[in-house]
Order: sequence, then C-alpha cells, then structure tokens
Amino acid sequence: MERLLRNQKVRNALLQILFVGALALLVIGGALVARQNLIDQRIVSGFDFLYKSTGWDMNFSLFPVSSRDPYWWFFLNGIVNTLFLGSFGLVLATMIGAVVGLARTSTNELAQLLGRAYVDFFRNIPLILQVIFWYAVLTRLPPPRNALEGAGFLLSNRGLYAPFPNIGVAALLVIAAALVAAVALPVWLGRTGRLSTPPDKRLPLKLCAAAAALLCALAAVLLGRLPDAPLLDMPGLQGLNVRGGMRVSPEFMALLVAMGIYGGAYIAEIVRGGFKAVGRGQVEAAQSLGLSPWRIFSLVRLPLALRAMLPILANQYIWLIKATTMGIVVGFTDFFMITALTINHSGQTLEAIFILMAGFLLINMSLAALFNRINRAIALKGNQVRA
Amino acid sequence: MASVLAPPRPGPLDSLRRRFFPTPPQALVSAVSLTLLLWLGWKVLDWALFSATFDTSGTADACRAATGACWSVIAARWRILFFGLYPYEEQWRSALACVIVVAMTVLSCIPSFWTGRRIALVWGVGTALFYVLMKGGVLGLPYIGEEQWGGLALTLFIFVTTCLIGFPLAICLALLRRSELPWISRTTGIIIDAVRSLPLISILFMFAIVVPFMLPGWLQGDKLYRVIVGSALFFAAYQAEIVRGGMQGVPTGQDEAAMSLGLNYWQRIGRILLPQAMRNALPATINQFVIAFKETSLVIIVGFFEILASGNAAFGTAEWRSAYVEVYVFIAFIYFTFVYSLSRYGAFLERRLSVGDR
Repeated sequence: MERLLRNQKVRNALLQILFVGALALLVIGGALVARQNLIDQRIVSGFDFLYKSTGWDMNFSLFPVSSRDPYWWFFLNGIVNTLFLGSFGLVLATMIGAVVGLARTSTNELAQLLGRAYVDFFRNIPLILQVIFWYAVLTRLPPPRNALEGAGFLLSNRGLYAPFPNIGVAALLVIAAALVAAVALPVWLGRTGRLSTPPDKRLPLKLCAAAAALLCALAAVLLGRLPDAPLLDMPGLQGLNVRGGMRVSPEFMALLVAMGIYGGAYIAEIVRGGFKAVGRGQVEAAQSLGLSPWRIFSLVRLPLALRAMLPILANQYIWLIKATTMGIVVGFTDFFMITALTINHSGQTLEAIFILMAGFLLINMSLAALFNRINRAIALKGNQVRA
Repeated sequence: MASVLAPPRPGPLDSLRRRFFPTPPQALVSAVSLTLLLWLGWKVLDWALFSATFDTSGTADACRAATGACWSVIAARWRILFFGLYPYEEQWRSALACVIVVAMTVLSCIPSFWTGRRIALVWGVGTALFYVLMKGGVLGLPYIGEEQWGGLALTLFIFVTTCLIGFPLAICLALLRRSELPWISRTTGIIIDAVRSLPLISILFMFAIVVPFMLPGWLQGDKLYRVIVGSALFFAAYQAEIVRGGMQGVPTGQDEAAMSLGLNYWQRIGRILLPQAMRNALPATINQFVIAFKETSLVIIVGFFEILASGNAAFGTAEWRSAYVEVYVFIAFIYFTFVYSLSRYGAFLERRLSVGDR
C-alpha cells in the first residue's frame, strides 16, 4: 500500500480522482437537496413548464406577446430583446468610441483634452448608476401634454415618439436589405478578382450597382406602403396621450444611452490603443512615399489599427451584451429579467437558471466565433516586420 | 559683408497660433473643442457652484429659489447615504470602519507592503477590525446585525471581503488550471470559463436566490455572505486568468533553476513563481480591483441597502423628491474619487514597472 502511494502515476491518478470526485459530490449533493426542496414545495421539475402559459406580461417585445403565451415564447422574446438592445448599444458605443478615440489620438491638443475628459469621467462611474440616473431623468420629463417637440419627435415621460413609415414589415426588411446592398455591393465590386475589368475602371459598374439597389428600395417603399395612409406616421397629441408614430420606452432609452456612453468610453480607449500600436516606421514610410495625410490615415494607420484592436474589441462587445442584464433595474424585459420573473412565478428555479446559462453561453460563443473568423480573415499574411 | 539676421523669435501669441491653429481644418477643430470645453465647464460650474444653494437648514425651502444644484439635500440626508439604516448613536463606528478600509487601501499601495505576508496581514487585520466595529457585541459595543448595515459602509464591506476571498481563490484557480494533471486543469478551466461567460448580475442572483435551494439549512448562512461568495467567485475567475497570464510571462528557466536547487513544489510556487508572476500581473490586477469596486454597486439588484439604494432613499421623501440629480451626482462623485485615484495609481505603477524593464 505504502509503495503504491509513493508511485508518481498512482498518486497523480488518485489526486485527479479526488478533485473531480469532490466537485461531482458537490454538484450531486446540491442537486439532491434541491430535488428534496422542490418535492417539499410540490414543484414538478423538468422542462414541461415551458409549454404552460405564463399569466404575466412583457412590457417590451418585438413580436406580439400576451399573458396566455407559453414560457418558451417568453424566453425567446427575452433573448431577442437582449440582442436587440445589445446590438443598438454596440453600434452607439462604437460610434461614440470611434469619435472620442480619434479625438484622443489626434494631433490637436484641445481635442485630446476633450476626449480625455470624456473617458476619465464616464469610465469611472458604475454603469448601473448611469442607467438609474438616465432613467430618473427620462421618467421625470413633462407629461405628454407638455411634451418637448422638435422635428416631428415628441419627448415626454412616456418615452420618445418618433415618426415611423407606414410600410409593412416585410417591405421594411426588403428596404433594409437593399440599403445594405447599396453600400456593400460597390465595396465588393471594388475588391473582387472575378471581373476582367481592372479595379480602377469599375466606377461606372459600382454606380450602376448602387443605383439598382436604391431603386429596389424605392420600389419596396412604393409597393409596401399601407393604402390610404400618409407615408410617414407622425406622432401627435390626442387628448392626454400621444397617438401614432413609434414609441421608444424610457427603459429602453435609459439603457441605450447609458450603454452607449459607458461603452463608448471603453471603446475610445481601445481605439486609442489600436492607433498607438501602429508602428511609427509604417507612418514614416507612408510619408516618405508622398501620401497625403488622409491616405496615410485610410490606407496605413486605420487598417493596421483595426487589426490591433479587434481582439480587445470583441471582448468589450461580449461585455456590453452581458451588460444588458442591467435591464432589471429599470424593468426592461431582457433575457435575464424573464428568467428572474419565471423563477418568481413558476418556481422552476434550476431549469430557468439552466436556460439562462445555456443562452448566455450560446450568445458569447457565437460572438467569439464570429470575431475569430473576422480576425483570421483580415489577419496579415506572412511574417512582415510590423514595428 | 552682409550680416546674417537671426530668424525672428516667435512671440507667445505666435506659438499659440502654431500650436492650436496651424491649418484651417486644425483651427476649426480647435475652435469647436474650445467652445465645447468652455461651454460645458461654465454650465457645470454654474450649476454646481455659482447658482447652487448650500443651505444647511435641513429643509428644501432654499432649493425652490435656486436655479442651480440643491446641495442642501446632501447636508440633510448625508447620514442615510453613508450609513444606511445603521442606528444613529452608533454611526461613528460605521464611519471609523470606512476610514479603516481607506487606510487599508492606501497601505497596500505602498511598495514596502508588497510581500505576501504583509499584504495578508494588512487585509486580514483590517477586515477583522471592520467586522468587529460594525457588528459589535464585544468590548461593550452594542450588537448590530448585518441587516442594519447600509450605505457606503456596506459597499466597502462587500468590496473588501470580495477581494479578501477572491484573491487567494484566484491564485488557487490559476495554479489548478496550470496543473500538469489533465483532469484537474480541464475541470478548473471549465469552471473559470463558465463563470466568465455569465453576467455578474446573474451570478449574484443565483447565489442570493438559487443556492439556498441547493444547500441544507445549516449551511445556507446569511444572504449577504452568500452574495459576497458569489461576487468573490466572479472576481476570482477573472483574476485567475490575469494571474495565469503573469505566470506565463515567467521564463521556464526560473522554475528549472529552482528545481535543480532542490526546492519543493510549494517553495517553487511561493518564492520563485508567484512573486515574479504577480509583478507581471500588477497593472491588470489593479484594473481588476477597480472593476470589482464599480461592480459592488450591482448588489442593489438582490436587495441590499448599499450606497445606490440609500441614495434612492435619500431623495425618497416628499420634501427632497426633486433633488434626485444632486444625490446621484454626489454618489457618482464618491465612486469617481475612489475609482479614479485607484486607476491613476495603476497607470503610474505601469509606467514605473515598464521603466524598470528597460
């Protein structure tokens, strides 16, 4: 026995068995206690509850949801809400971050100072405090009767009312796709190697492609507009409330603004780091080739900086998606809040937590995989000296 | 022979022009930035100082007349902000406890305290003092249960205990993940990645509400301590990766040299690997502390009366209802002071360390 314990291989195996066994014991013990507790409270474990109707409602959803709908539909809408808020938050944060980051890397000292003040101020205040602050501001705006008006928008304590086109949902999707194509097609045409015309003589082709895409969008507008209604549905005051237009709730706005501002401060630092990572030799080489400042920026500094910042940016994006869980402090029904409500109402604690973990794992992993692909696609090939 | 004139020396105005307005586009950027800076600066100063009221009478009357900030709300309600529901006569204990935390943080920023033993001593003794002061029940101090703690003191308590539990846990996790035994390193890796992929809010929620389901009654403990364990676990998962990164920066020759000197595993870890790894990981570690401090604010979601919640209570009366901006700005200022000074210190340290390398 003693000799057996002295044997390195046996000891290693024993250690591993002990470690994994202790963890497994912890998990199994927890599960057993939980099962007993659930039986005591007469809760049937298992995922059957997903098909029951909830009996409560969501205050924000992109698809129609009512209290008679089953739990799985609520979870799905929760995930959609999280992704919806997350993607708008990412876009806003990236735009703010790009502007502030460029200001911080510019040669202008006043712009640098402004960018630095922004980053230092907003990065050092917790996100949740910013969310609560904006929510407090937005819900204390004047009531709809005295709403702030400007350019067809109405801002009141019920939220922001914006003009919305009177166009069917399908047509709206077609228009969005056509607009994306109008930008993406010319870019693709400029780069593809499948055409016989040389890249510098493709301008007419690009213009034609963009025009065709825009024509498609226009056709969709004309075909898809609702009959007997003006093209734009303008919000207007009727009695004590606002009718028409599209309403953006204060909850959504508070989260979006806070995520944009806070995430923007972090992304600005990433942008700055990316530009700092571009070797000075690269810029000097470009200068000695006689490139104009704009071409140095767009052809040398930006592409190199983008490659340097992409991996860190991916982490920040994943962080921001996770930050949508702050929705629960203002009552925005995101994925996490749906989980919390499910636990409160149905008592299916373990199942709901399992769905939450699986959902976030899925979101995080797909985002990480997407960024890894982008990273690989744009990585510099070969072994150039980059400093 | 013609005399050569020296080029004219640029006057102060000229150098200003060259610095900020060399070309039309640069001049435009400068002008816009300057206007924005001045306008914002003036607006903020005017609101916070010139048009503000600092009336300390304890009523909101002066605020109705003022066009700027109403700082009277802080004067009237600062006790609830800092101490929450802590009994009035005993609030000096809460204040002293906060001072202890600040002293602890300052002490651990001094390089001569950067040995494992001294840091552990400072934080262990500091936290014990904090706990005894807050909870009482000994030395003639009346007993005050955790449910009455609140405000800044609770925020600091959660932060300190999170770090105190999370930091050793992080080192353990990092060592386990680096283990040569595949099952140990793989399982630890799965745990770390799973915790990192979840939002902190959901982990706090789990520890506050779900874990009691999975533990027998005698093991559950107070909700406060469960939440602290949850936040420590989250901290440890991130910090473990930082420590692991620091360990990877230590050349293998160091470990081999230690092995050839006949040091055993714990000596190699404690005297060779960890000191060098921690030095590599120091800037990222301070950054992680900063993040941990900001994230203590999330415990409001599981129903604790920390500084944000007590802020909501501070303007929750009919009298101070309109002074919410001032309260939030004040809380933001407290967070900013802590976080900004820590992160400036981190930046200073990073510069200092990188100077030492070259």
